[in-house]
Amino acid sequence: MEIKKEQQGSALTIKVIGRLDAGSAPELSKELTTALNDVTDLTFDFAELKYIASAGLRVLLVAQKRMNKQGSMKLINVSEAVMEILDMTGFANLMTIV
Amino acid sequence: MERITVEAVLENLQTVIDFATEKLEARDCSMKISMQLELVIEEIFVNIASYAYHPEIGPATFCMEFEENPNAVLMTFIDSGKHYNPLEADAPDTTLDIDRREVGGLGIFLVRKNVDEISYEYTDGKNILRMKKFF
Repeated sequence: MEIKKEQQGSALTIKVIGRLDAGSAPELSKELTTALNDVTDLTFDFAELKYIASAGLRVLLVAQKRMNKQGSMKLINVSEAVMEILDMTGFANLMTIV
Repeated sequence: MERITVEAVLENLQTVIDFATEKLEARDCSMKISMQLELVIEEIFVNIASYAYHPEIGPATFCMEFEENPNAVLMTFIDSGKHYNPLEADAPDTTLDIDRREVGGLGIFLVRKNVDEISYEYTDGKNILRMKKFF
């Protein structure tokens, strides 16, 4: 997995590239702990996210809970494979997907 | 039946996935099915690696077998760790709102959603989880 960040003021876009699985999820989780400070507008760009497992979903859920307190969060460019997992777990209803 | 035994540690997940993927590709299994099975394998293997022998380390065996007419794959995970039936785990309520939604329980939920049959038994000190998926 690779993470690319782009910040403009309090708006942060995080591009997650590759696989968000049990091996890589802790890295994203750690990154978010500090990266989300002072962010009010968080966007996950999943254009190049090929695979997500429960470990990755947990990181998204924690991020969504945090952003609900300090601003908003959305997912963009979600692939069909990843969308299927978000639908299956009800996450699609908890998150803003555009 | 083909099998692979590895130390149940996260670093070996890819070895098990590669073992399975190679056999699925040889059977012309679709990309979609292959990905769903990869998810199933990850969730079960990560559970074993995280909890079965904790804080020690032990082996996990993964077996794969194919059936024809209709095409199906049978997968079995075996470990000798703590007696644990994942099918008794409470399913997460996927209709809850964000504040009440908890972060756990998603792994086995995804496994159940992505296989057609699943059964568990504890025999001779071994946890045996069998799964079947048609493709």
